[in-house]
Amino acid sequence: MKLYWKYFAIHLKSQLQYKVSFLLMILGQFLSTFSAFIGLYFMMQRFHQVEGFSYQEVLLCFAVVSLAFSLAECFARGFDTFSTMIGNGEFDRILVRPRHEIFQVLASKIEFSRIGRLLQSLFILLVVIIKTPYLWCFDKGLTILLMILGGTVVFSALFLIYAGLCFFTTDGLEFINIFTDGGREFGRYPLSIYGDSILKFFTYIVPLALFQYYPLLYLTGRSNQPLYIFFPCLSGLFLFPAYLIWKTGLKRYQSTGS
Amino acid sequence: MKKYLTYFKIRLIRGLQYRVAAYAGMATQFAWGFMEIFAFSAFYRSNPSAFPMEFSALSSYIWLQQAFLALYMLWFLDMEILEQISSGNIAYEMIRPIALYPLWFLKNLSLRISKAILRCFPILLVTFFLPKPYGLALPSSLTTLLLFLASAALSLMVVVAFTMFVYIFSFYTLNSAGIRLVILSATELLTGAVIPLPFFPEKIRMILELLPFAAMQNIPFRIYSGNLMGPVIVQALLLQVFWAIVLIALGSWWLNKILRYIIIQGG
Repeated sequence: MKLYWKYFAIHLKSQLQYKVSFLLMILGQFLSTFSAFIGLYFMMQRFHQVEGFSYQEVLLCFAVVSLAFSLAECFARGFDTFSTMIGNGEFDRILVRPRHEIFQVLASKIEFSRIGRLLQSLFILLVVIIKTPYLWCFDKGLTILLMILGGTVVFSALFLIYAGLCFFTTDGLEFINIFTDGGREFGRYPLSIYGDSILKFFTYIVPLALFQYYPLLYLTGRSNQPLYIFFPCLSGLFLFPAYLIWKTGLKRYQSTGS
Repeated sequence: MKKYLTYFKIRLIRGLQYRVAAYAGMATQFAWGFMEIFAFSAFYRSNPSAFPMEFSALSSYIWLQQAFLALYMLWFLDMEILEQISSGNIAYEMIRPIALYPLWFLKNLSLRISKAILRCFPILLVTFFLPKPYGLALPSSLTTLLLFLASAALSLMVVVAFTMFVYIFSFYTLNSAGIRLVILSATELLTGAVIPLPFFPEKIRMILELLPFAAMQNIPFRIYSGNLMGPVIVQALLLQVFWAIVLIALGSWWLNKILRYIIIQGG
Protein backbone atom coordinates (compact mmCIF):
# COMPACT_ATOMS: atom_id res chain seq x y z
CA MET A 1 0.00 0.00 0.00
CA LYS A 2 2.83 2.36 0.83
CA LEU A 3 4.33 1.63 -2.54
CA TYR A 4 1.04 2.48 -4.21
CA TRP A 5 1.01 5.92 -2.62
CA LYS A 6 4.51 6.45 -3.89
CA TYR A 7 3.36 5.64 -7.41
CA PHE A 8 0.36 7.88 -6.79
CA ALA A 9 2.56 10.84 -5.92
CA ILE A 10 4.85 10.25 -8.88
CA HIS A 11 1.94 10.09 -11.32
CA LEU A 12 0.44 13.25 -9.87
CA LYS A 13 3.71 15.13 -10.18
CA SER A 14 4.40 13.95 -13.69
CA GLN A 15 0.93 14.83 -14.94
CA LEU A 16 1.17 18.26 -13.39
CA GLN A 17 4.31 18.94 -15.42
CA TYR A 18 2.28 19.72 -18.52
CA LYS A 19 -0.05 22.15 -16.84
CA VAL A 20 -1.92 23.46 -19.84
CA SER A 21 -2.47 20.03 -21.29
CA PHE A 22 -3.57 18.68 -17.90
CA LEU A 23 -6.06 21.48 -17.40
CA LEU A 24 -7.39 21.01 -20.92
CA MET A 25 -7.87 17.30 -20.25
CA ILE A 26 -9.82 18.10 -17.10
CA LEU A 27 -11.91 20.61 -19.00
CA GLY A 28 -12.52 18.10 -21.78
CA GLN A 29 -13.62 15.42 -19.31
CA PHE A 30 -15.87 17.96 -17.69
CA LEU A 31 -17.44 18.95 -20.99
CA SER A 32 -18.07 15.41 -22.13
CA THR A 33 -19.93 14.62 -18.91
CA PHE A 34 -21.68 17.94 -19.17
CA SER A 35 -23.01 17.22 -22.64
CA ALA A 36 -24.34 13.87 -21.42
CA PHE A 37 -26.00 15.74 -18.58
CA ILE A 38 -27.50 18.37 -20.90
CA GLY A 39 -28.84 15.61 -23.13
CA LEU A 40 -30.51 14.02 -20.12
CA TYR A 41 -31.80 17.36 -18.89
CA PHE A 42 -33.48 18.20 -22.20
CA MET A 43 -35.06 14.76 -22.38
CA MET A 44 -36.45 15.03 -18.87
CA GLN A 45 -37.65 18.60 -19.48
CA ARG A 46 -39.63 17.38 -22.43
CA PHE A 47 -41.00 14.17 -20.96
CA HIS A 48 -40.97 14.94 -17.19
CA GLN A 49 -40.67 11.28 -16.31
CA VAL A 50 -39.54 8.01 -17.81
CA GLU A 51 -41.30 4.79 -16.82
CA GLY A 52 -42.37 6.45 -13.59
CA PHE A 53 -38.94 7.72 -12.62
CA SER A 54 -38.77 11.45 -11.98
CA TYR A 55 -36.01 13.85 -13.00
CA GLN A 56 -34.41 13.81 -9.54
CA GLU A 57 -34.40 10.02 -9.46
CA VAL A 58 -32.86 9.71 -12.89
CA LEU A 59 -30.29 12.30 -11.91
CA LEU A 60 -29.38 10.21 -8.87
CA CYS A 61 -28.75 7.32 -11.20
CA PHE A 62 -26.70 9.42 -13.56
CA ALA A 63 -24.54 10.87 -10.79
CA VAL A 64 -23.83 7.53 -9.12
CA VAL A 65 -22.95 5.74 -12.35
CA SER A 66 -20.74 8.48 -13.68
CA LEU A 67 -19.03 8.88 -10.30
CA ALA A 68 -18.31 5.15 -10.15
CA PHE A 69 -17.12 5.16 -13.74
CA SER A 70 -14.73 8.07 -13.24
CA LEU A 71 -13.27 6.46 -10.11
CA ALA A 72 -12.75 3.19 -11.95
CA GLU A 73 -11.24 4.95 -14.93
CA CYS A 74 -8.95 6.98 -12.72
CA PHE A 75 -7.50 4.01 -10.85
CA ALA A 76 -7.92 1.07 -13.22
CA ARG A 77 -6.86 2.92 -16.35
CA GLY A 78 -3.80 0.66 -16.59
CA PHE A 79 -6.08 -2.19 -17.66
CA ASP A 80 -7.88 -0.01 -20.15
CA THR A 81 -4.64 0.71 -21.99
CA PHE A 82 -3.28 -2.78 -21.44
CA SER A 83 -3.07 -3.65 -25.14
CA THR A 84 -0.28 -1.09 -25.59
CA MET A 85 1.50 -2.57 -22.61
CA ILE A 86 1.50 -6.00 -24.22
CA GLY A 87 2.25 -4.56 -27.63
CA ASN A 88 5.42 -2.72 -26.61
CA GLY A 89 6.77 -5.39 -24.29
CA GLU A 90 6.31 -3.33 -21.14
CA PHE A 91 4.44 -6.23 -19.57
CA ASP A 92 7.56 -8.45 -19.73
CA ARG A 93 9.30 -6.00 -17.45
CA ILE A 94 6.42 -6.21 -15.03
CA LEU A 95 6.61 -9.99 -14.91
CA VAL A 96 10.22 -10.01 -13.73
CA ARG A 97 9.60 -7.62 -10.84
CA PRO A 98 8.90 -9.06 -7.39
CA ARG A 99 5.41 -7.63 -6.97
CA HIS A 100 1.99 -8.93 -7.96
CA GLU A 101 1.35 -8.18 -11.62
CA ILE A 102 -2.15 -6.81 -11.03
CA PHE A 103 -0.76 -4.38 -8.50
CA GLN A 104 1.85 -3.20 -10.95
CA VAL A 105 -0.58 -2.74 -13.81
CA LEU A 106 -2.86 -0.80 -11.49
CA ALA A 107 0.01 1.39 -10.36
CA SER A 108 1.36 1.89 -13.86
CA LYS A 109 -1.25 4.44 -14.70
CA ILE A 110 -3.40 6.77 -12.67
CA GLU A 111 -5.44 9.19 -14.69
CA PHE A 112 -5.97 12.33 -12.62
CA SER A 113 -7.71 14.22 -15.39
CA ARG A 114 -10.82 12.17 -14.61
CA ILE A 115 -11.35 14.61 -11.78
CA GLY A 116 -13.24 16.76 -14.30
CA ARG A 117 -15.89 14.10 -14.56
CA LEU A 118 -15.68 13.15 -10.91
CA LEU A 119 -16.24 16.60 -9.44
CA GLN A 120 -19.18 17.28 -11.70
CA SER A 121 -20.90 14.02 -10.81
CA LEU A 122 -20.21 14.64 -7.14
CA PHE A 123 -21.73 18.10 -7.45
CA ILE A 124 -24.86 16.75 -9.13
CA LEU A 125 -25.15 14.03 -6.50
CA LEU A 126 -24.88 16.56 -3.66
CA VAL A 127 -27.49 18.84 -5.23
CA VAL A 128 -29.88 15.92 -5.60
CA ILE A 129 -29.31 14.83 -2.01
CA ILE A 130 -29.89 18.35 -0.70
CA LYS A 131 -33.08 18.70 -2.72
CA THR A 132 -34.61 15.39 -1.65
CA PRO A 133 -35.05 15.28 2.15
CA TYR A 134 -36.15 11.64 2.17
CA LEU A 135 -32.54 10.68 1.49
CA TRP A 136 -31.35 12.22 4.73
CA CYS A 137 -31.01 9.18 6.91
CA PHE A 138 -28.28 6.72 7.70
CA ASP A 139 -29.47 3.73 5.69
CA LYS A 140 -30.04 5.74 2.52
CA GLY A 141 -26.66 7.41 2.84
CA LEU A 142 -25.09 4.00 3.26
CA THR A 143 -26.95 2.78 0.18
CA ILE A 144 -25.57 5.61 -1.96
CA LEU A 145 -22.06 4.98 -0.70
CA LEU A 146 -22.32 1.26 -1.44
CA MET A 147 -23.75 2.00 -4.88
CA ILE A 148 -20.72 4.12 -5.75
CA LEU A 149 -18.27 1.56 -4.38
CA GLY A 150 -20.05 -1.35 -6.06
CA GLY A 151 -20.07 0.54 -9.34
CA THR A 152 -16.38 1.28 -9.12
CA VAL A 153 -15.69 -2.41 -8.53
CA VAL A 154 -17.87 -3.56 -11.45
CA PHE A 155 -16.36 -1.09 -13.89
CA SER A 156 -12.84 -2.00 -12.70
CA ALA A 157 -13.66 -5.68 -13.17
CA LEU A 158 -14.81 -4.91 -16.71
CA PHE A 159 -11.50 -3.20 -17.39
CA LEU A 160 -9.76 -6.25 -15.94
CA ILE A 161 -11.70 -8.53 -18.29
CA TYR A 162 -10.81 -6.28 -21.18
CA ALA A 163 -7.14 -6.56 -20.26
CA GLY A 164 -7.41 -10.31 -19.71
CA LEU A 165 -8.83 -10.75 -23.20
CA CYS A 166 -5.85 -8.84 -24.59
CA PHE A 167 -3.72 -11.90 -23.73
CA PHE A 168 -5.68 -13.83 -26.32
CA THR A 169 -6.03 -11.20 -29.00
CA THR A 170 -3.01 -8.91 -28.44
CA ASP A 171 -5.14 -6.02 -29.61
CA GLY A 172 -8.00 -4.60 -27.57
CA LEU A 173 -11.50 -5.80 -28.23
CA GLU A 174 -13.82 -2.99 -29.13
CA PHE A 175 -16.82 -5.04 -28.07
CA ILE A 176 -16.21 -4.64 -24.36
CA ASN A 177 -16.88 -0.90 -24.82
CA ILE A 178 -20.56 -1.75 -24.83
CA PHE A 179 -20.28 -2.54 -21.14
CA THR A 180 -17.78 0.10 -20.05
CA ASP A 181 -18.59 3.22 -22.06
CA GLY A 182 -22.02 1.79 -22.77
CA GLY A 183 -22.61 1.13 -19.09
CA ARG A 184 -21.80 4.73 -18.38
CA GLU A 185 -23.99 6.06 -21.20
CA PHE A 186 -26.99 3.82 -20.68
CA GLY A 187 -26.67 3.69 -16.91
CA ARG A 188 -27.86 7.29 -16.78
CA TYR A 189 -31.38 5.91 -16.80
CA PRO A 190 -32.56 3.17 -14.45
CA LEU A 191 -31.79 -0.06 -16.29
CA SER A 192 -35.39 -1.27 -16.06
CA ILE A 193 -36.49 1.17 -18.79
CA TYR A 194 -34.71 -0.93 -21.41
CA GLY A 195 -37.06 -3.84 -20.88
CA ASP A 196 -37.06 -7.04 -18.90
CA SER A 197 -34.52 -9.10 -20.78
CA ILE A 198 -31.95 -6.29 -20.75
CA LEU A 199 -32.48 -5.87 -17.02
CA LYS A 200 -31.96 -9.61 -16.48
CA PHE A 201 -28.80 -9.49 -18.54
CA PHE A 202 -27.45 -6.62 -16.46
CA THR A 203 -28.40 -8.44 -13.27
CA TYR A 204 -26.99 -11.91 -13.86
CA ILE A 205 -24.32 -11.58 -16.55
CA VAL A 206 -22.81 -8.12 -16.22
CA PRO A 207 -24.12 -6.92 -12.85
CA LEU A 208 -24.59 -3.22 -13.53
CA ALA A 209 -28.15 -3.35 -12.20
CA LEU A 210 -26.99 -4.71 -8.85
CA PHE A 211 -25.44 -1.39 -7.93
CA GLN A 212 -27.71 0.83 -9.97
CA TYR A 213 -31.30 -0.35 -10.27
CA TYR A 214 -32.09 -2.43 -7.16
CA PRO A 215 -30.58 -0.05 -4.57
CA LEU A 216 -32.35 2.77 -6.38
CA LEU A 217 -35.67 1.02 -5.74
CA TYR A 218 -34.91 1.15 -2.04
CA LEU A 219 -33.63 4.74 -2.15
CA THR A 220 -36.74 6.05 -3.83
CA GLY A 221 -39.05 4.12 -1.54
CA ARG A 222 -40.37 1.88 -4.32
CA SER A 223 -39.37 -1.12 -2.26
CA ASN A 224 -38.96 -1.65 1.47
CA GLN A 225 -36.67 -4.61 1.07
CA PRO A 226 -33.63 -3.63 3.19
CA LEU A 227 -31.58 -6.34 1.50
CA TYR A 228 -31.40 -4.08 -1.56
CA ILE A 229 -29.01 -1.87 0.40
CA PHE A 230 -26.40 -4.59 0.20
CA PHE A 231 -26.98 -5.64 -3.41
CA PRO A 232 -23.98 -3.54 -4.52
CA CYS A 233 -21.75 -5.78 -2.39
CA LEU A 234 -23.06 -8.73 -4.34
CA SER A 235 -21.83 -7.15 -7.54
CA GLY A 236 -18.33 -7.54 -6.11
CA LEU A 237 -18.66 -11.24 -6.97
CA PHE A 238 -18.11 -10.14 -10.54
CA LEU A 239 -14.42 -9.80 -9.68
CA PHE A 240 -14.05 -13.59 -9.56
CA PRO A 241 -14.83 -14.39 -13.20
CA ALA A 242 -12.85 -11.30 -14.19
CA TYR A 243 -9.85 -12.52 -12.22
CA LEU A 244 -10.25 -15.99 -13.67
CA ILE A 245 -10.11 -14.64 -17.22
CA TRP A 246 -7.04 -12.64 -16.32
CA LYS A 247 -5.32 -15.68 -14.75
CA THR A 248 -6.13 -17.95 -17.70
CA GLY A 249 -4.81 -15.34 -20.07
CA LEU A 250 -1.69 -14.80 -18.03
CA LYS A 251 -0.92 -18.52 -18.05
CA ARG A 252 -0.84 -18.67 -21.81
CA TYR A 253 0.89 -15.35 -22.25
CA GLN A 254 3.62 -15.26 -24.83
CA SER A 255 5.63 -12.13 -25.22
CA THR A 256 5.22 -10.27 -28.49
CA GLY A 257 8.99 -10.14 -28.46
CA SER A 258 9.38 -6.44 -28.98
CA MET B 1 -4.98 16.73 -59.39
CA LYS B 2 -3.80 13.25 -60.23
CA LYS B 3 -1.41 13.03 -57.30
CA TYR B 4 -4.19 13.91 -54.88
CA LEU B 5 -6.39 11.20 -56.32
CA THR B 6 -3.56 8.70 -55.96
CA TYR B 7 -3.20 9.57 -52.29
CA PHE B 8 -6.94 9.20 -51.89
CA LYS B 9 -6.86 5.78 -53.51
CA ILE B 10 -3.89 4.50 -51.49
CA ARG B 11 -5.50 5.46 -48.22
CA LEU B 12 -8.83 4.01 -49.27
CA ILE B 13 -7.32 0.63 -50.09
CA ARG B 14 -5.27 0.62 -46.90
CA GLY B 15 -8.31 1.41 -44.81
CA LEU B 16 -10.20 -1.50 -46.33
CA GLN B 17 -7.63 -3.97 -44.96
CA TYR B 18 -8.83 -4.05 -41.37
CA ARG B 19 -11.79 -6.34 -41.77
CA VAL B 20 -11.89 -8.17 -38.43
CA ALA B 21 -11.77 -4.89 -36.57
CA ALA B 22 -14.68 -3.76 -38.70
CA TYR B 23 -16.78 -6.79 -37.79
CA ALA B 24 -16.08 -6.35 -34.09
CA GLY B 25 -16.98 -2.69 -34.44
CA MET B 26 -20.22 -3.57 -36.19
CA ALA B 27 -21.34 -5.84 -33.36
CA THR B 28 -20.73 -2.98 -30.95
CA GLN B 29 -22.74 -0.62 -33.10
CA PHE B 30 -25.69 -2.98 -33.31
CA ALA B 31 -25.84 -3.32 -29.56
CA TRP B 32 -25.41 0.41 -29.14
CA GLY B 33 -28.16 1.21 -31.60
CA PHE B 34 -30.57 -1.17 -29.88
CA MET B 35 -29.92 0.32 -26.47
CA GLU B 36 -30.51 3.85 -27.83
CA ILE B 37 -33.78 2.78 -29.41
CA PHE B 38 -34.94 1.01 -26.23
CA ALA B 39 -34.22 4.15 -24.21
CA PHE B 40 -36.14 6.38 -26.62
CA SER B 41 -39.03 3.95 -26.73
CA ALA B 42 -39.27 4.11 -22.93
CA PHE B 43 -39.62 7.88 -23.23
CA TYR B 44 -42.13 7.40 -26.01
CA ARG B 45 -44.27 5.12 -23.83
CA SER B 46 -44.08 7.61 -20.96
CA ASN B 47 -45.46 10.47 -23.01
CA PRO B 48 -46.08 9.89 -26.75
CA SER B 49 -47.44 13.40 -27.35
CA ALA B 50 -44.15 15.02 -26.30
CA PHE B 51 -42.21 13.04 -28.87
CA PRO B 52 -41.01 15.57 -31.49
CA MET B 53 -40.70 13.18 -34.42
CA GLU B 54 -42.26 9.95 -35.66
CA PHE B 55 -40.84 6.99 -33.78
CA SER B 56 -39.90 5.22 -37.01
CA ALA B 57 -38.10 8.39 -38.12
CA LEU B 58 -36.10 8.30 -34.90
CA SER B 59 -35.20 4.63 -35.48
CA SER B 60 -34.00 5.45 -38.98
CA TYR B 61 -32.00 8.36 -37.57
CA ILE B 62 -30.27 6.14 -35.02
CA TRP B 63 -29.49 3.32 -37.43
CA LEU B 64 -28.10 5.73 -40.01
CA GLN B 65 -26.02 7.24 -37.24
CA GLN B 66 -24.62 3.82 -36.34
CA ALA B 67 -24.09 2.76 -39.95
CA PHE B 68 -22.27 5.96 -40.88
CA LEU B 69 -20.51 6.44 -37.56
CA ALA B 70 -17.12 6.61 -39.25
CA LEU B 71 -18.30 9.29 -41.68
CA TYR B 72 -19.71 11.79 -39.25
CA MET B 73 -18.22 11.28 -35.80
CA LEU B 74 -15.97 14.21 -35.09
CA TRP B 75 -13.53 12.28 -32.89
CA PHE B 76 -12.53 10.13 -35.80
CA LEU B 77 -9.15 11.64 -36.63
CA ASP B 78 -6.09 10.70 -38.62
CA MET B 79 -3.55 9.84 -35.91
CA GLU B 80 -0.76 9.90 -38.48
CA ILE B 81 -1.24 13.59 -39.12
CA LEU B 82 -1.31 14.38 -35.40
CA GLU B 83 1.84 12.32 -34.99
CA GLN B 84 3.53 14.24 -37.81
CA ILE B 85 2.68 17.53 -36.20
CA SER B 86 3.94 16.63 -32.75
CA SER B 87 7.08 14.78 -33.88
CA GLY B 88 8.12 17.32 -36.48
CA ASN B 89 7.96 14.84 -39.32
CA ILE B 90 5.70 17.31 -40.97
CA ALA B 91 8.92 18.74 -42.43
CA TYR B 92 8.99 15.84 -44.88
CA GLU B 93 5.49 16.65 -45.98
CA MET B 94 6.34 20.29 -46.44
CA ILE B 95 9.22 19.72 -48.85
CA ARG B 96 6.97 17.82 -51.21
CA PRO B 97 5.43 19.89 -54.00
CA ILE B 98 1.92 19.28 -52.73
CA ALA B 99 -0.32 21.70 -50.91
CA LEU B 100 -0.97 20.37 -47.43
CA TYR B 101 -4.56 21.43 -46.91
CA PRO B 102 -6.07 19.51 -49.85
CA LEU B 103 -3.80 16.57 -49.10
CA TRP B 104 -4.91 16.27 -45.51
CA PHE B 105 -8.49 16.90 -46.52
CA LEU B 106 -8.41 13.99 -48.94
CA LYS B 107 -6.57 11.74 -46.48
CA ASN B 108 -9.31 12.28 -43.93
CA LEU B 109 -11.98 11.84 -46.54
CA SER B 110 -10.59 8.50 -47.70
CA LEU B 111 -10.01 7.30 -44.15
CA ARG B 112 -13.61 7.96 -43.24
CA ILE B 113 -15.05 6.55 -46.45
CA SER B 114 -13.04 3.33 -46.26
CA LYS B 115 -14.11 2.71 -42.67
CA ALA B 116 -17.71 3.47 -43.50
CA ILE B 117 -17.81 1.21 -46.57
CA LEU B 118 -16.74 -1.79 -44.48
CA ARG B 119 -19.28 -1.16 -41.78
CA CYS B 120 -22.35 0.45 -43.28
CA PHE B 121 -23.76 -2.20 -45.62
CA PRO B 122 -24.32 -5.04 -43.14
CA ILE B 123 -25.86 -2.62 -40.65
CA LEU B 124 -28.14 -1.04 -43.26
CA LEU B 125 -29.15 -4.43 -44.59
CA VAL B 126 -29.98 -6.04 -41.27
CA THR B 127 -31.82 -3.04 -39.87
CA PHE B 128 -34.05 -2.90 -42.97
CA PHE B 129 -35.53 -6.20 -41.85
CA LEU B 130 -36.20 -5.30 -38.23
CA PRO B 131 -39.88 -5.10 -37.19
CA LYS B 132 -41.69 -1.94 -38.09
CA PRO B 133 -41.08 1.10 -35.88
CA TYR B 134 -37.68 -0.15 -34.69
CA GLY B 135 -35.92 -0.72 -37.99
CA LEU B 136 -34.58 1.43 -40.77
CA ALA B 137 -37.48 2.51 -42.97
CA LEU B 138 -37.16 2.97 -46.72
CA PRO B 139 -37.07 6.62 -47.81
CA SER B 140 -40.48 7.87 -48.87
CA SER B 141 -39.50 8.57 -52.48
CA LEU B 142 -36.64 8.51 -54.94
CA THR B 143 -36.27 12.28 -54.60
CA THR B 144 -35.82 11.93 -50.87
CA LEU B 145 -33.14 9.35 -51.44
CA LEU B 146 -31.29 11.59 -53.91
CA LEU B 147 -31.57 14.59 -51.62
CA PHE B 148 -30.27 12.44 -48.78
CA LEU B 149 -27.24 11.39 -50.82
CA ALA B 150 -26.47 14.97 -51.83
CA SER B 151 -26.80 16.17 -48.29
CA ALA B 152 -24.75 13.24 -46.94
CA ALA B 153 -21.88 14.18 -49.25
CA LEU B 154 -22.07 17.83 -48.19
CA SER B 155 -22.12 16.79 -44.52
CA LEU B 156 -18.96 14.83 -45.00
CA MET B 157 -17.30 17.96 -46.44
CA VAL B 158 -18.39 20.03 -43.45
CA VAL B 159 -17.23 17.37 -40.98
CA VAL B 160 -13.79 16.99 -42.54
CA ALA B 161 -13.42 20.76 -42.92
CA PHE B 162 -14.21 21.10 -39.23
CA THR B 163 -11.76 18.41 -38.11
CA MET B 164 -9.04 20.22 -40.06
CA PHE B 165 -9.25 22.85 -37.34
CA VAL B 166 -8.40 20.20 -34.75
CA TYR B 167 -5.14 19.54 -36.63
CA ILE B 168 -4.56 23.27 -36.95
CA PHE B 169 -5.00 23.85 -33.22
CA SER B 170 -2.68 21.01 -32.34
CA PHE B 171 0.17 23.02 -33.90
CA TYR B 172 -0.09 25.30 -30.89
CA THR B 173 0.34 22.74 -28.11
CA LEU B 174 2.98 20.12 -27.32
CA ASN B 175 0.47 17.46 -26.39
CA SER B 176 -2.63 17.72 -28.51
CA ALA B 177 -4.74 15.26 -26.53
CA GLY B 178 -6.11 17.96 -24.24
CA ILE B 179 -7.16 20.44 -26.89
CA ARG B 180 -8.61 17.63 -28.97
CA LEU B 181 -10.79 16.40 -26.13
CA VAL B 182 -12.03 19.91 -25.37
CA ILE B 183 -13.01 20.69 -28.95
CA LEU B 184 -14.64 17.34 -29.54
CA SER B 185 -16.61 17.07 -26.33
CA ALA B 186 -17.80 20.66 -26.58
CA THR B 187 -19.20 20.10 -30.05
CA GLU B 188 -20.57 16.56 -29.83
CA LEU B 189 -23.81 17.66 -28.25
CA LEU B 190 -24.34 20.40 -30.87
CA THR B 191 -24.17 17.99 -33.80
CA GLY B 192 -27.05 15.91 -32.52
CA ALA B 193 -24.87 12.93 -31.60
CA VAL B 194 -26.14 12.73 -28.01
CA ILE B 195 -29.81 13.36 -28.76
CA PRO B 196 -31.19 14.38 -32.18
CA LEU B 197 -31.70 18.14 -32.50
CA PRO B 198 -35.54 17.96 -32.58
CA PHE B 199 -35.37 16.86 -28.93
CA PHE B 200 -33.80 20.18 -27.90
CA PRO B 201 -36.04 22.96 -26.56
CA GLU B 202 -37.49 25.03 -29.40
CA LYS B 203 -35.51 28.25 -28.88
CA ILE B 204 -32.14 26.58 -28.43
CA ARG B 205 -32.77 24.41 -31.45
CA MET B 206 -33.50 27.41 -33.66
CA ILE B 207 -30.11 28.88 -32.86
CA LEU B 208 -28.30 25.58 -33.13
CA GLU B 209 -29.73 24.89 -36.56
CA LEU B 210 -27.78 27.82 -37.97
CA LEU B 211 -24.41 26.61 -36.67
CA PRO B 212 -22.01 24.49 -38.72
CA PHE B 213 -22.58 21.58 -36.31
CA ALA B 214 -26.17 21.26 -37.45
CA ALA B 215 -24.89 21.06 -41.03
CA MET B 216 -23.28 17.70 -40.23
CA GLN B 217 -25.19 14.46 -39.46
CA ASN B 218 -28.35 16.29 -38.45
CA ILE B 219 -29.49 17.31 -41.94
CA PRO B 220 -29.03 14.15 -44.06
CA PHE B 221 -30.47 11.84 -41.40
CA ARG B 222 -33.52 14.01 -40.97
CA ILE B 223 -34.04 14.31 -44.72
CA TYR B 224 -33.89 10.54 -45.05
CA SER B 225 -36.33 9.87 -42.25
CA GLY B 226 -38.81 12.43 -43.57
CA ASN B 227 -38.45 14.74 -40.60
CA LEU B 228 -37.32 17.56 -42.89
CA MET B 229 -39.62 18.11 -45.86
CA GLY B 230 -40.38 20.57 -48.63
CA PRO B 231 -38.65 23.94 -48.98
CA VAL B 232 -36.86 23.49 -45.64
CA ILE B 233 -34.63 20.96 -47.37
CA VAL B 234 -33.40 23.51 -49.89
CA GLN B 235 -32.62 25.87 -47.05
CA ALA B 236 -30.76 23.15 -45.20
CA LEU B 237 -28.70 22.20 -48.25
CA LEU B 238 -27.78 25.84 -48.83
CA LEU B 239 -26.67 26.07 -45.22
CA GLN B 240 -24.45 23.06 -45.73
CA VAL B 241 -22.87 24.54 -48.86
CA PHE B 242 -22.33 27.82 -47.02
CA TRP B 243 -20.58 26.21 -44.05
CA ALA B 244 -18.50 23.89 -46.22
CA ILE B 245 -17.15 26.85 -48.19
CA VAL B 246 -16.56 29.02 -45.12
CA LEU B 247 -14.82 26.30 -43.14
CA ILE B 248 -12.63 25.19 -46.02
CA ALA B 249 -11.63 28.76 -46.89
CA LEU B 250 -10.86 29.66 -43.28
CA GLY B 251 -9.02 26.40 -42.65
CA SER B 252 -6.78 26.57 -45.66
CA TRP B 253 -5.96 30.22 -44.99
CA TRP B 254 -5.09 29.45 -41.39
CA LEU B 255 -3.01 26.39 -42.18
CA ASN B 256 -1.02 28.31 -44.78
CA LYS B 257 -0.39 31.06 -42.29
CA ILE B 258 0.94 28.57 -39.75
CA LEU B 259 3.10 26.79 -42.28
CA ARG B 260 4.76 30.05 -43.22
CA TYR B 261 5.94 30.72 -39.66
CA ILE B 262 6.32 27.22 -38.30
CA ILE B 263 9.61 26.37 -36.60
CA ILE B 264 10.55 22.73 -36.47
CA GLN B 265 13.02 21.70 -33.80
CA GLY B 266 15.83 19.64 -35.23
CA GLY B 267 16.26 16.06 -34.16
